[in-house]
Amino acid sequence: MGLIEGHLDVGAPEGVPIWDIDPYATDVLENPIEFYREMRAKGPFVYIPRYAILACARYAQTKEVFSDHERFVSSRGVGLVDFKQTTPWRPPSIILEVDPPEHTRVRRIMAKTLSPKVMREQASLLQSIADQMVAEVVAMGEIDGVADLAERYPTTVFPRILGLKKSNGRHLLDYGAMVFDAVGPDNEIRRASLSKGEDVVPWIMKQCERDNLIEGGLGAGIYTYADSGDISEKEAGLLVRSLLSAGVDTTVTGIGSLLYCLAENPEQFELLKDNPKLARSAFEEVLRYTAPVHSFFRTSAGDTEVSGIKIQENTKILCMLGAANRDEDHWPNADKYDVTRDVQGHLGMGAGIHGCVGQNLARAEVSAVLTAILAQVDKIEFTGTAKWRPGNSIRALASLPIKLTKKEA
Amino acid sequence: MVNIRITNTNGTEQSIESKAGMSLMEALRGANIDGIVAECGGSMSCATCHVVVDTDWLTATGEISDMEDDMLDCTATDRDPGSRLSCQIELSEALDGLQISIPDNQF
Ligand code: HEM
Ligand code: FES
Repeated sequence: MGLIEGHLDVGAPEGVPIWDIDPYATDVLENPIEFYREMRAKGPFVYIPRYAILACARYAQTKEVFSDHERFVSSRGVGLVDFKQTTPWRPPSIILEVDPPEHTRVRRIMAKTLSPKVMREQASLLQSIADQMVAEVVAMGEIDGVADLAERYPTTVFPRILGLKKSNGRHLLDYGAMVFDAVGPDNEIRRASLSKGEDVVPWIMKQCERDNLIEGGLGAGIYTYADSGDISEKEAGLLVRSLLSAGVDTTVTGIGSLLYCLAENPEQFELLKDNPKLARSAFEEVLRYTAPVHSFFRTSAGDTEVSGIKIQENTKILCMLGAANRDEDHWPNADKYDVTRDVQGHLGMGAGIHGCVGQNLARAEVSAVLTAILAQVDKIEFTGTAKWRPGNSIRALASLPIKLTKKEA
Repeated sequence: MVNIRITNTNGTEQSIESKAGMSLMEALRGANIDGIVAECGGSMSCATCHVVVDTDWLTATGEISDMEDDMLDCTATDRDPGSRLSCQIELSEALDGLQISIPDNQF
């Protein structure tokens, strides 16, 4: 058996349609909704020969494969590369790319680090910075929603909450892009992101060191578990690295996509203004509707079966979270952004034991921004065409020209 | 059917009938009980499905895993001796009459 993109080519299972498409082609990544629909229509799984992978796009199978950590492991990488066959581009994450029992040991520490209690303590800081930043963009009127708010807010608050002594928003954004683009094939997107590594990686690794973290921040808090012997000093550094990897690009994307949804659906924005309590579930619906993390892989640990399809050991399976979130069989009117929907069960934050451990922070950040918007903004309108940035696992906006109209006092 | 008696955050009481086999979180959300957020859908990733079980009923709700135990240490409303994550409790006939209260905050 040969290697394709760093994993074994096990061939197409019986009864699975073969679809010669590139899910990482720029036009697909920029406009994936039709592609999602087509993939769901083909069946519970398709085989994509160019990368020798299975892919699932319907809700039921995507959820099953993504959340069953015993049959479908993360320790062999959540990207195309199988860590059992090929050395990954960086030492694997000790939370995202491990299985139990190792996973459980570190996950407990991260869950405490990013808990609702911790977010409650940060709430007033998050809100005051959001209020101020939204006031600034409202005063500007016409803005690029991505550069002027979506990127600015997390790169301002996240380093503070983490307690980084030195911050560099550009490096944080570039590192996030590297991590998320590395999940995909060796294409132009991945090469472009990884090429920034020379400057960015050493800087990131430096900020993860104990001496570069401020007492009382979340990063220094992780090192207290090294002091108590629950993890090693090196593991503490890798956990801080996990926060820097997964904590910025994701929330930047979340805020950008929220602004997009509000501009695209003015009647939903009106509903929210009348009912600001819906802010949190409005963001959940953004996660469903736009899926900032559009897809990740699992690897089958043994021969198994899903929905009658026999899946061989060593199979890389692309789980299309963005497509599952638009499955009409699970979500009535799936292509409608609807803040009143019961959105629980969406896969935007994953599912199962690897379900996003930073979700409480993400929600705290984005709902602070939305709360500020609902208090200060009367109207959000497109002033040009929004541009999506093709990413191998993140679906984010590159630019979002919008106009914000100030609410009369 | 499993009868669950609930004290809401505002002190009012109500009771709901649920099916055995589902989680307590699913039963509470199905009945639109205020104050159960449960954003992660039962993956034990959010700790926003926190309930306080009457201590007489605590044993009947089953074991608390190490992960749940850690998460209960840092819920938005401070932990109470009867605290549980409702997504981790499976309803059975043995829980018929279960008495719980909803904490003030989930986030
Ligand atoms: C809108 C924002 C976010 C989205 C859409 C998102 C999405 C996800 C998804 C889909 C997973 C599951 C990966 C898998 O199962 O393979 C995940 C895991 C993870 N996320 Fe997030 N995330 C967000 C924000 C954050 C933030 C703010 C942090 C950190 C502060 C973070 C840290 C992590 C970590 C460490 C994991 C791995 C958890 C594990 O494997 O147990 N995320 N995230
Ligand atoms: S529903 Fe998220 S922890 Fe229970």
